[in-house]
Amino acid sequence: MEEALKSQAHAHAPAEGFLRKYVFSLDHKVIGKQYYALALVAVFVGMVLSWLMRFHLVWPNAKIPGLELIAKTGAPGGIITPEYYLSLLTMHGTLMVFFVLTNAPFAGFGNYFLPIQIGAEDMAFPRFNMMSFWTTFIAFVVLLAAFFIPDGPPISGWTAYAPLSAIGKDAGPGLGWGQNLWVISIAIFCIGQLLGSLNFIATTLDLRAKGMTLMRMPISTWAWFITSCIGLLAFAVLLPACLLLLLDRMAGTSFFIPSGLVVSDRLQNHAGGSPLLWQHLFWFFGHPEVYIAILPAVGIVSHVLTNSLRKPLLSARVIIYSMMSIGFLSWMVWGHHMFVSGMNPFSSLLFSFPTLTITIPATIITLIWLGSLYGANIQINTASFFALGFISMFVSGGVSGFFLAQPSIDIYLHATYFVVGHFHMVMGVAAIFAIFSGTYFWFPKMTGRMMNETLGMLHFWITFVGTYCIFMPFHYLGLVGNVRRYASFVDDFMPALMPLHKFITIAALTTGAAQFIFFFNLIHSRFRGKQASANPWKGTSLEWSIPSPPPWNNFGGDHPVVYHDPYQYGLKGSTGDFVMQTSPEQILNE
Amino acid sequence: MSSTAHSPIALPRPTRTAKGSESGIWIALFAITMSFAAFTSALFIRQASTDWTHIAAPPILFASTAVLLLSSLLMELSRRKFDGKPTSRIKEGGKGLMFLAATLVFGFAFVGGQYLAWRKLATQGLYLATNPNSSFFYLLTGVHALHVLGGIAALAYLIAQLAARGSVRRNLLNGVVVYWHFMAALWLYLLVVICVRL
Repeated sequence: MEEALKSQAHAHAPAEGFLRKYVFSLDHKVIGKQYYALALVAVFVGMVLSWLMRFHLVWPNAKIPGLELIAKTGAPGGIITPEYYLSLLTMHGTLMVFFVLTNAPFAGFGNYFLPIQIGAEDMAFPRFNMMSFWTTFIAFVVLLAAFFIPDGPPISGWTAYAPLSAIGKDAGPGLGWGQNLWVISIAIFCIGQLLGSLNFIATTLDLRAKGMTLMRMPISTWAWFITSCIGLLAFAVLLPACLLLLLDRMAGTSFFIPSGLVVSDRLQNHAGGSPLLWQHLFWFFGHPEVYIAILPAVGIVSHVLTNSLRKPLLSARVIIYSMMSIGFLSWMVWGHHMFVSGMNPFSSLLFSFPTLTITIPATIITLIWLGSLYGANIQINTASFFALGFISMFVSGGVSGFFLAQPSIDIYLHATYFVVGHFHMVMGVAAIFAIFSGTYFWFPKMTGRMMNETLGMLHFWITFVGTYCIFMPFHYLGLVGNVRRYASFVDDFMPALMPLHKFITIAALTTGAAQFIFFFNLIHSRFRGKQASANPWKGTSLEWSIPSPPPWNNFGGDHPVVYHDPYQYGLKGSTGDFVMQTSPEQILNE
Repeated sequence: MSSTAHSPIALPRPTRTAKGSESGIWIALFAITMSFAAFTSALFIRQASTDWTHIAAPPILFASTAVLLLSSLLMELSRRKFDGKPTSRIKEGGKGLMFLAATLVFGFAFVGGQYLAWRKLATQGLYLATNPNSSFFYLLTGVHALHVLGGIAALAYLIAQLAARGSVRRNLLNGVVVYWHFMAALWLYLLVVICVRL
């Protein structure tokens, strides 16, 4: 056994040389940082795209200097065409969902902290781990390449609905090589995520330290583990779907393209395909993907919040069981994205029921967080504020889900901004808040330096207020029937709503600009921040038992032994109001 | 507020042995199963269309099936030959290695058989995009053959390690064996789908 453990844990020696240390590193910590950095670049590009979209919606004829250099046909003279608006929309969604919401909370923090939190020296398969990052990186480059080809990026949305996405360049700008690059990029991304998920599962099952039973794992580790189980199965469906789409586009098959389709005055040489098949395959992946983004966020927030409250949550175990229930139910609800796709109404009813059921474990988790606040000695810091902000977003965005889960209401709201408001709050911004919370919390461990709290608080308040200013009005716009995906409303559609759209655009520009405070804080603190101790937040889990930043093999060659559940706060320990998992002291009534 | 007594307590139970490659393969099988479930669902939805037809499975498929099943049997025999001592590494042992090499040859023979089946279909004028049935035939057999080639690569690595170093990690052998058996079982499933649905 010792030999087997050694062969796994010491799968690589300390890195030497620049390339092995920082580029093709086998160290899970470096790979975690690489994922995080990739997500930062992706979120910056995605944010700029959203600015361009918001700008175009309210000032459709305004010239954006320099844009014509990238998009000669998409933005002639710097003025965005309606088609290019759709390209921006597609790329914004794809970047944010795949390269930010999947990369940062799951692959980024998960890679860095999962092995440490279970007491392992690295992932089960360090080489696969390196490959999974570089595969993801290639997917990112392939996706961005679509901006720089004459065809431009695709206009079929991040969901790439067929037959629009399947036909080829006849269907519109960006649907030639732009769409090819999109499909290839997502297929490559799937391979990276499959490798990553496999690694997370094997590591959690095989490399836990002595005493680290499954129920002694922190909630964050549980969240990464459950997410990797979902990811393993979800990306295994999206990959075949991408293959079928690619065959329709490049090999002339007809999986998704129906008979007799005339596009741009040309009868398409395809027959018998089912556009709904793509939607089924895509959303069978797509809904679990929502939980791939949000479950790690739930884990991170629970982990941070317990530390901030200085007492255990009402029940960490119920949170874990609820996350499992969400993971299980996530496979039964994909049809709620397709209420207006022409499915049999009885199918809609069938999908509506589990969709409403999934709110039960989500509500249980939320109530545990809120209930745990009672009587807590909450620590005022940026990490805990972002964790609380997450709960606020999760609830505000989640409540609108009750409406959308019912087919009769969704038919009215589906194509409107109500849906945009809903998923941006509950999935997008909520997960981003968790990423921020995790960053402020774990930055000292990852870099050995503290982030600036004043800048952190400033960043929090602008982001918190700004987010509500952007996304709450979306719900009202949706209720009055403001359709989504339209490139402009000025001339012929709902001019009365323009003042609200202008307000949203200004809020989006301001909130986006406030993120530079975060970027500055991140970079400045990395080099000039206050030195961090090994355990600046008085945490109990294993990451706080090792130096900041950790040595290359995490525990300096020692094999940690775990004695306690992960959240022993609010008691009289030998070093304060907590007992670390590795402390052999006995806790009465544990 | 609970309180703590500062006395050492008994060590909790140790964690299980690291299984490495074997765990990885078991986990990968879930993903592969899911991918083929997706292909099957696509087939079930697509067959509702009016252009769904029927293609006769090339007889060579049955010969390939026999070859793959035989290779699986050889693989199992090989594993049992190596199964002597409960050590974490297995040593190069005459018959075991010979069975592994035979498995490799049969693996190549299976992929060759699949290639002949594709040639046979092509001579009938049935190509990837000819009709939905031929699309699914090439798709299912092609993706499966790719997975078998992955198994062949792993097997070749295993044999090379055994030949060069004289020993290999037991969990690597176990992983390759499990994967190979799974490929045989998956092929039986696909053969049924091809014969009954295509």
